[in-house]
Amino acid sequence: MTIRHHLSDQLLMGYATGSLPEAFSLVVATHISMCDDCRARAESYDALGGAVIEEGYAAMSEQSLDACLARVAGLAPISARRRGRDGIFPAPLAEHIGGGPSAVRWRPLGLGAKQAILRVSDTGATVRLLSIPGGAAMPEHSHRGTELTLVLQGAFRDETDRFGPGDIEVADDNLEHTPVAEEGAVCICLAATEGKLRFNGLIPRLAQPFFRI
Amino acid sequence: MAEDGTETDWAGLLCRVRDQQDRAAFAALFRHFAPRVKGFLMKSGASEQLAEECAQDVMAVLWQKADQFDPERASVATWVFTIARNRRIDALRKSRRPEPEDLPWGPEPEPDQAEVFEVQQETRRLGKALAQLPQTQRDLIERAFYGELSHSEIAVQTGLPLGTIKSRIRLALDKLRHQMDVKAKTE
Repeated sequence: MTIRHHLSDQLLMGYATGSLPEAFSLVVATHISMCDDCRARAESYDALGGAVIEEGYAAMSEQSLDACLARVAGLAPISARRRGRDGIFPAPLAEHIGGGPSAVRWRPLGLGAKQAILRVSDTGATVRLLSIPGGAAMPEHSHRGTELTLVLQGAFRDETDRFGPGDIEVADDNLEHTPVAEEGAVCICLAATEGKLRFNGLIPRLAQPFFRI
Repeated sequence: MAEDGTETDWAGLLCRVRDQQDRAAFAALFRHFAPRVKGFLMKSGASEQLAEECAQDVMAVLWQKADQFDPERASVATWVFTIARNRRIDALRKSRRPEPEDLPWGPEPEPDQAEVFEVQQETRRLGKALAQLPQTQRDLIERAFYGELSHSEIAVQTGLPLGTIKSRIRLALDKLRHQMDVKAKTE
């Protein structure tokens, strides 16, 4: 898999510092699982965090070491075994959903397109899976904040470029784009959006409250 | 760095915790890292009491996850940082941080010592690079890691990355690709 579209330094550093909303962290973790380049970059920001933590100091209370030693004496090791990749879903996504593509509860969006909104624990951004039949377009939309779209299967094109499996599009709020799925396999994407989407046509805008998009 | 200026082999100590549940080695790690984790959490906005409790939790996780530590991939300081950051997200934001898929290989039973030494030096090198930055830029990077900047503020303000990080990234990528190749050939 040749990935041409990567995460920005800004998002990778935000992920390392823990300042992204959970919806964004999920997309970032999923992309890193598919992309060695971004994994190496992410780990490098962690290393910078290691240097930052070396700088600080606040004395621990006197009995803290003994208390900690007493505590760990009875603790079993935490197992490294996590849920792995499940079909086209890398581990973080499969973990989040609790299964692979068959565990997704899709809702129709019309014209064969489907989406599934995923639960997150904060309100900074929303995240959903999108399924668009080959050749079909997503309704034209813009958004108030950043939008991340990661391709898991198939491919789409918009005014900027082509995006295939593993590619991530980082769109800011002034990009009005109309992604169109390439002919062929159904295009499945994981997309996170800061703020609500704004559809430009009247019908999608009326439909927005019903679809929760 | 120990107080007398000589370097302590933190990775070696952590391996002793992993292999022998060595309490003396753990105590040495605790004395160095627990106050740093506590300082980090207080700068991130935790009260002293919460920071103290969480620093204990972080050190307990260090003990419990010692067998997952890979000295060829991260320094002990980096590894401590990732545990502390995740504890902070959990404690202060009541949120969780999805983690990338594990690599298909774990820590080597007998890691290459030259490689380990190189990786363990990284924290010092990055620390030096940080120290050489203009104060305002260094403050911004630190504040980003204390969780004080949103990701949009990070873009506008920090002006990253530093040359040192760029070369670190290149090395990490080379290593990752090399491991992938070795893995592919042995299968």
